[in-house]
Amino acid sequence: MIRVVLPAHLRTLARVSSEVQLEVAGPVTQRSVLDALETRYPMLQGTIRDHVTRERRAFVRFFACQEDLSHESPDTPLPDAVASGTEPFLVVGAIAGG
Amino acid sequence: MSKVRVLVGTRKGAFILESDGKRQKWDVSGPHFAGWELYHVKGSPVDPNRLYASQSSSWFGQLMQRSNDGGKTWEPVDNKFVYDGVTGTHQWYDGKPHPWEFKRVWHLEPSLTDPDTVYAGVEDAALFRTTDGGKSWNELAGLRGHGSGSRWQPGAGGMGLHTMLLDPTDPGRMYVAISAAGTFRTDDGGATWKPINKGLHSQFLPEPTAEVGHCVHRIAMHKSRPNVLFMQKHWDVMRTDDAGEQWREVSGNLPTDFGFVIDVHAHEPETIYVVPIKSDSEHFPPEGKLRVFRSKTGGDEWEPLTKGLPQSDCYVDVLREAMAIDSLDSCGVYFGTTGGQVYASADAGDSWMPIVRDLPAVLSVEVQTLA
Repeated sequence: MIRVVLPAHLRTLARVSSEVQLEVAGPVTQRSVLDALETRYPMLQGTIRDHVTRERRAFVRFFACQEDLSHESPDTPLPDAVASGTEPFLVVGAIAGG
Repeated sequence: MSKVRVLVGTRKGAFILESDGKRQKWDVSGPHFAGWELYHVKGSPVDPNRLYASQSSSWFGQLMQRSNDGGKTWEPVDNKFVYDGVTGTHQWYDGKPHPWEFKRVWHLEPSLTDPDTVYAGVEDAALFRTTDGGKSWNELAGLRGHGSGSRWQPGAGGMGLHTMLLDPTDPGRMYVAISAAGTFRTDDGGATWKPINKGLHSQFLPEPTAEVGHCVHRIAMHKSRPNVLFMQKHWDVMRTDDAGEQWREVSGNLPTDFGFVIDVHAHEPETIYVVPIKSDSEHFPPEGKLRVFRSKTGGDEWEPLTKGLPQSDCYVDVLREAMAIDSLDSCGVYFGTTGGQVYASADAGDSWMPIVRDLPAVLSVEVQTLA
């Protein structure tokens, strides 16, 4: 079971109060996790990745195991601790600054 | 007893303000979609409880929301806006070609006859339509495909399609306005379009009377005279009496002819309203006095309306979507400010009172007159 933590605005949109747990078939990558997330919660389509290019939106970051994975290939396997459900995959809204 | 419902979009959510026909006591609900920018919220003229909202953020992009119960509950609908066919280019700030990129929905215009049909004006400027209540959106590409599209250029606020007027007497006719491309008209339901900018004069253009490139801030129409349009341009208040074939200036004695909003009285087609704003560099009311100006002669002669509005130390702006007019017998006029106030007049502008004072910056104001 993959654990995903969403930022507050997207938790509200998806109507979930805490982290999301997902079954992911095959290799556990950013792409497969986000595909599963958007299948379960279609209202999140377009909010994390661009509808057309499927690229990460500029002000969204992906963290796991205290590492910034935002610039990793979407098809790179996520850390074993994420794949095993020990650690969550975090979708984070970038800090606005100021 | 009649009621009115005012739909307010702000930088940090939407608010719904309701009152009876006296329009003195108001119930405020919200924020809906707290923390998100709400560029526009508008209801269907044929089903007033059907509302549509454009919700966006720099972080998470564009969302679209729909309500079937007057804004008590909302459901997200399709948020996928993909340009039709070859995307093409428009001019960038440096004059070079730049590909069209969807950024947000600026304006929603529900059909006059079908609650499931809604037009969406977007940035980068294009027109989309849903015919299934928001489940899918498709571009009416004839507008962007007009031969001038490659010459359109964004203004400082972006290149947005921000105004749509539907002709109540001719389902094929529609007007749109784009900053900074100008005004366009279709006579065939959106398949083909023509620029209607003759008579406009824009000093900031190398060719001030060019076919396109004018920074039109807002256009308005009275439903009884759909061939007469009024325009607040980036400098100059204009009118046309022939569906945009020719415009003439009617700024008259306004203290400044810059501003964003313009609207028409519900029952007097020659009575119009603007809020003059000092520009280019300041974008607040001249002399720190918030004044609505009303013309009862279709322009040229204007009177300031000040009763109940701050007449000193006021430095707010009133943005292009932020004025609306109800259709009660004594028509109500509403406008919102970047300082978070929404002012209402229940006597066609003679006197004003704030409904709310401390909202986030107001982006849009619409009003529904309910039976």
